[in-house]
Amino acid sequence: MLARHRKRRPRSRATFASVFGELLLTAGIIIGGFVGWQYYLSDAIMGAQQQDAASNFAASLGPLDRVAEVELRTDEPPAESKPDMHDNYAVMYIPRFGDFQRVIGEGAVPLVIDSLEQGLGHYESSALAGEQGNFAIAGHRNGLGGPFTELNRLQVGDRIYIQTDVAWYVYEYRNASYVEPTQISVVAPVPDLPDLPAEDRYITLTTCNPEWSAEGRLIAFGVLVGWLPLEDGMPSELAEHLEEIA
Amino acid sequence: MYAALWRVIPGPWFVKLLVFLVLIAAVAYALIFHAYPWFMQTFFPTPDVTVPE
Repeated sequence: MLARHRKRRPRSRATFASVFGELLLTAGIIIGGFVGWQYYLSDAIMGAQQQDAASNFAASLGPLDRVAEVELRTDEPPAESKPDMHDNYAVMYIPRFGDFQRVIGEGAVPLVIDSLEQGLGHYESSALAGEQGNFAIAGHRNGLGGPFTELNRLQVGDRIYIQTDVAWYVYEYRNASYVEPTQISVVAPVPDLPDLPAEDRYITLTTCNPEWSAEGRLIAFGVLVGWLPLEDGMPSELAEHLEEIA
Repeated sequence: MYAALWRVIPGPWFVKLLVFLVLIAAVAYALIFHAYPWFMQTFFPTPDVTVPE
């Protein structure tokens, strides 16, 4: 009986074509990886940093473990003092976006909006939180933490909570507008009616639209529905929501 | 190219596989946390999300 020898497979030589082919494949994977990273991961990673910065700043503003046992107040909100440019001012919570929280820095400028420690910028010539007029805030739609990626998913009645060192303010979303980048009237005291003096208390959130573009802007409008002094604790609805999704 | 890498890594096939995966993970980490952010910040300036005041 003949012993069968395993025939040794000849080692294949590396040719120019094979190396070039592998380089192209590698380049393709790296570039494809970049697209996937930019689309899925980058905002998740940078957003998480901004979330951490927000929860740290929120803790420094006041106790977060206390839950308010009183109803929201609808009388005159307290006076807010204007923060210095670029300083942390407040924290925004949007339950529609899950456990979303971001620091609002003073100034709708790249230094604040791009920051991994802040992420939202307050238009400094607009009203402060709770003030009569329009409390206007800008944030990125995609990239740099993309706080406002899902701004288009807000629904009427969705709450936006603002925590400052003085009070909790509760705004409710009302409607959105798709505008040109030059429509400065959206941050006027009465949104889109720059000639009228301030009467009510509005919130306006501005971001880019469509996604991944700066061709236009998506503007979300809301109104103040109540407030609580900081010592009373976190509004119970927000506390319950954060508890549920924890 | 990758075949040569495979040959260079010492050990039985499961050790080679482990080292190979670790190398892939290290490259992926460097890409995701260093190369990609640098690339994006250098070549894709941040869009303006504001309306001019």
